[in-house]
Amino acid sequence: MNNFNHYYDSIETRRVISVIVINEDSVLSRIVGLFSARGYNIDSLTVAPIPDSEYSRITIVTVGSKRVIDQIVKQLNKLIPVLKVNEHSNVIEKDTVLIKIPIDQNLSDVAALAAAYRGSIQNVTEDAIVVSATDEPSRIMNFIKVIQKRFHPLEIVRSGVVAMER
Amino acid sequence: MKINGARMVIEAIRHEGVDVVFGYPGGAIMNVYDEIYKQNHFQHILTRHEQAAIHAADGYSRATGKVGVAIVTSGPGFTNAVTGLATAYMDSIPMVVISGQVPTSIIGTDGFQEIDAVGISRPCTKHNYLVQNIEELPRILKEAFYVARSGRPGPVHVDIPKDVTATMGDFDYEKEINMPTYKPTTKGNKRQIKKALEAIAQAKKPLIYVGGGAVLSNAFVDIREFAKKTNIPVVETLMARGVMGADNPLLMGMLGMHGEYSANMAMYETDLIISLGARFDDRVTGRLDQFAKSATIVHVDVDPASIGKIVVPHYPIVGDLKLVMEDLNEMVHDFEFNDYASWVSRLKEYQKEQPLRFVDSDEVIKPQWVVKRTGELLGYKAIVTTDVGQHQMWTAQFYPFDFARQFVTSGGLGTMGFGLPAAMGVARGKEDKVSINFTGDGSILMNIQELMTCVEYKLPVINIILNNNYLGMVRQWQTMFYDDRLAETDLSTQPDFVKLIEAFGGVGYRVSTKEQFDEALHKAVEAKKVAFIEVIVDRRENVLPMVPNGHALNEMHLLKD
Repeated sequence: MNNFNHYYDSIETRRVISVIVINEDSVLSRIVGLFSARGYNIDSLTVAPIPDSEYSRITIVTVGSKRVIDQIVKQLNKLIPVLKVNEHSNVIEKDTVLIKIPIDQNLSDVAALAAAYRGSIQNVTEDAIVVSATDEPSRIMNFIKVIQKRFHPLEIVRSGVVAMER
Repeated sequence: MKINGARMVIEAIRHEGVDVVFGYPGGAIMNVYDEIYKQNHFQHILTRHEQAAIHAADGYSRATGKVGVAIVTSGPGFTNAVTGLATAYMDSIPMVVISGQVPTSIIGTDGFQEIDAVGISRPCTKHNYLVQNIEELPRILKEAFYVARSGRPGPVHVDIPKDVTATMGDFDYEKEINMPTYKPTTKGNKRQIKKALEAIAQAKKPLIYVGGGAVLSNAFVDIREFAKKTNIPVVETLMARGVMGADNPLLMGMLGMHGEYSANMAMYETDLIISLGARFDDRVTGRLDQFAKSATIVHVDVDPASIGKIVVPHYPIVGDLKLVMEDLNEMVHDFEFNDYASWVSRLKEYQKEQPLRFVDSDEVIKPQWVVKRTGELLGYKAIVTTDVGQHQMWTAQFYPFDFARQFVTSGGLGTMGFGLPAAMGVARGKEDKVSINFTGDGSILMNIQELMTCVEYKLPVINIILNNNYLGMVRQWQTMFYDDRLAETDLSTQPDFVKLIEAFGGVGYRVSTKEQFDEALHKAVEAKKVAFIEVIVDRRENVLPMVPNGHALNEMHLLKD
């Protein structure tokens, strides 16, 4: 039997971790500071208050070996304002993207493509079209790739991942 | 009755039963000092530097087991305190540090003596608070003490703006702690403890590995009892010196980079490690992939995050070590253990083959001799602090530590300048004991202004300066690993230490023979004043044995005759 680092699978996996914290000053900097101080990765981070409570939910997407993910969960749990940490394996993930496209592009093409990704045109001005889509992060990535190839977007804004256990 | 925020700080300290506070006043904390002036519940000791105030509170806490308290002002007052906080954090010392902050109306404007104190202290405290208004101050003070001493202990920082200390409010301190997000586990899981005992009973060469948690949780009597009942040998970390007692036949010594041969070989050969409040620090494990390769590991720690951080245990037990040891000692009777006599005697053989030793000399004093001799003369009557460097390792190796809390040293952070102020805390907290600080000619200059504090408050700290005119430990590494290129470690330019301490109002002795040392130590103890005993020691003595960085525990440099 072997005990140490290589005991764990060293394969890096993507993980969604949600953290329920007391809604107070500087709690986010405690979380982020923990990641930076210990050299952990943050791929995406979303925060919002949980309705009708004094808590907020922070959803973090990170990549690491099982050992690193275990440590992240333990170290997060150790922070005083943290109520609960969930490491998810079976979740519904949603990411939203807003994309601004020059007005000279074909409007109906844009609309058709957005519809394919469950998106739609949100706004049209004399300069630009804004489309949005909300879907699984990997599908959103694909949507962005296609748009980039085809429509020369002016600006792309992603929300980061929110997740809920199935 | 309404009182102001400053008075609330005083009341909180009083309610917590703290009898001494270390600190340094300044603009933003003046309201609190005004209340300190008016009260007579506790003594305030004015250090000469904020860093020293924190180290003194730290030393006080380590020696007494109580929560240490320090008070500093905003800006530079607080930034000076950071090294002290980090030192206490790394060694999990319960402490509350209160700092003044600029008024809430000024926060964020780069006001005079404003700094983001909670931003700075976040990575080096267990928890911290910026108090926003008077209503939350009593709760925060109560929580600060609770968080500092519960679970895995640690320093807590409370930053209080000046207007909050001036505002009047209700002080309701007797309230129960209500922290839904902070509920440390104290009781170990009984089924897991039972499983661990089953594994221990089957092991052929089990080893108890004791760390600083044994001291912090006051579990040392229980650990001695468990070792005795099971006849399992024990190794101690630097932070656990004294837990087993110097003459305990089951103690195989300190392990790690400068550990004893027997201790490191025990760790190398064991088939089951019982880790009690130790965290597998890199200075202990040596090269990790060679560390206790085939051993089963039982890891008891109050901090779940310490379990599995470096090595992955087979039997993790989260809980307060004292409570877990009580369970272990109770349940141990249900098990039949193997006979470990041959394992113990094998380790004793190692101890005989390669005892901890040094080559003594009649021409020049060996630093190890000084430590050993002090131990012979004062033994358990002294509480020993150190600074950081070669003298620290020699003290850990050669002083006969007999009980927990007898050895006060900066382990995790390795803070030079810790020794003298920490010894002040010891001298104040343990007035019936002799306070000895082993230090080096490098370390002592880092907080030497505290001699003034010692004189003012009659803190009879005896500083034994092992003077080798070098930054010794760095010099040792330069000699061994950098072809003797002694870059910036020659400290030949020195003050006259005897005149220096006399200028402060203490007593000083310079010694270069063994007879002079005995006499000086005797005089220093009798003087009951802060003292220097400057011992001119062998300049080129190295700390041995040594496991070079990145090597396995069995690859030790040993002393050659």
